[in-house]
Amino acid sequence: MSHPVSTIPLHSPVLEPGVKGLVSDWSADQQSFKKVPWGKAMMWIFLVSDTFIFSIFLISYMTVRMSSPESWPNSSEVFALTIGGKHIPLILIALMTFILITSSGTMAMAVNYGYRKDRRTTFVLLMITALLGASFVGMQAFEWTKLITEEGIRPWGNPLGAAQFGSVFFMVTGFHGTHVSIGVILLLIFAFKVWRGDLEHERPGFLTGRKGGYETIEIVGLYWHFVDLVWVFIFAFFYLW
Amino acid sequence: MSEAQNQQHPIGIYLKIWLLLFVLSTASYMVDYFHVQGYLRWSLIIVFMLLKAGLIVAVFMHMMWERLAFIYAILLPPLLILTFIGIGALEADYTFLTRSIFFLKGAL
Repeated sequence: MSHPVSTIPLHSPVLEPGVKGLVSDWSADQQSFKKVPWGKAMMWIFLVSDTFIFSIFLISYMTVRMSSPESWPNSSEVFALTIGGKHIPLILIALMTFILITSSGTMAMAVNYGYRKDRRTTFVLLMITALLGASFVGMQAFEWTKLITEEGIRPWGNPLGAAQFGSVFFMVTGFHGTHVSIGVILLLIFAFKVWRGDLEHERPGFLTGRKGGYETIEIVGLYWHFVDLVWVFIFAFFYLW
Repeated sequence: MSEAQNQQHPIGIYLKIWLLLFVLSTASYMVDYFHVQGYLRWSLIIVFMLLKAGLIVAVFMHMMWERLAFIYAILLPPLLILTFIGIGALEADYTFLTRSIFFLKGAL
């Protein structure tokens, strides 16, 4: 006598949605992440680990700020700029935020046009994203220069208040800036690959030797959006708090 | 990978989310600009931050179109960070207390 367990046949191409799908995906042999290319899953797992790194930075920032009996410098004033004789608080950081969000938007569209196999538009959008990213790094270099030379802020102390302000600032924004810089390099490499038609003609990559495809643009995009995501948290906790 | 499927969505949704992110960023900048203070400031900052982060992950990073097995595998582990935050806050309170007692006598 047979006991029917599931109504969906074992090798059915139909995937169950919702919680039932969650159970069947995780109990499946061969692979659990259906419809996800392996490169994308690996990028997401890397991003989870990077999430923990940035979280640890922000948590140590919380810990040193809460435990310092000295007053914390007012970031609204530290990062203010005088433009055309008008004193605007935190304006540089606001501009950097808008630039990074815009670059995230152009990146999302680059991914979309990539899947449409529109080589030209994808290339242009990737270059715009890279350009916005590079201008972000440029503004950060300006910010660092101003803080070091004009405000006298050092990793071991500053004239404005708690000494930990400098160490947190240089470590957190430094790590984020490094991520942005790496992202710009990645974007330029992949823009070149798109322009040369490597992805369209499925030419093997120089590092892995696997054949190219437009899903790599989505994977680079995931990294770029993550850089924007981290900035959302840094902006909220370091600059606005 | 035969089962891999492209994430293809209309371009309009990206533009709408982009606009929304701009509005939310402006709102969080306004919190600072108009010197909102205290609990209102902190809760507004956190609300705008979480909305922005959610939109980026859900739409720009395509998470809302993935299968539940993948969403849970990626988004649940970072919840452990809440525990780290709790431990960090406890430790910071204790350090602040001892510093106040030994370095700043009279501050308490």
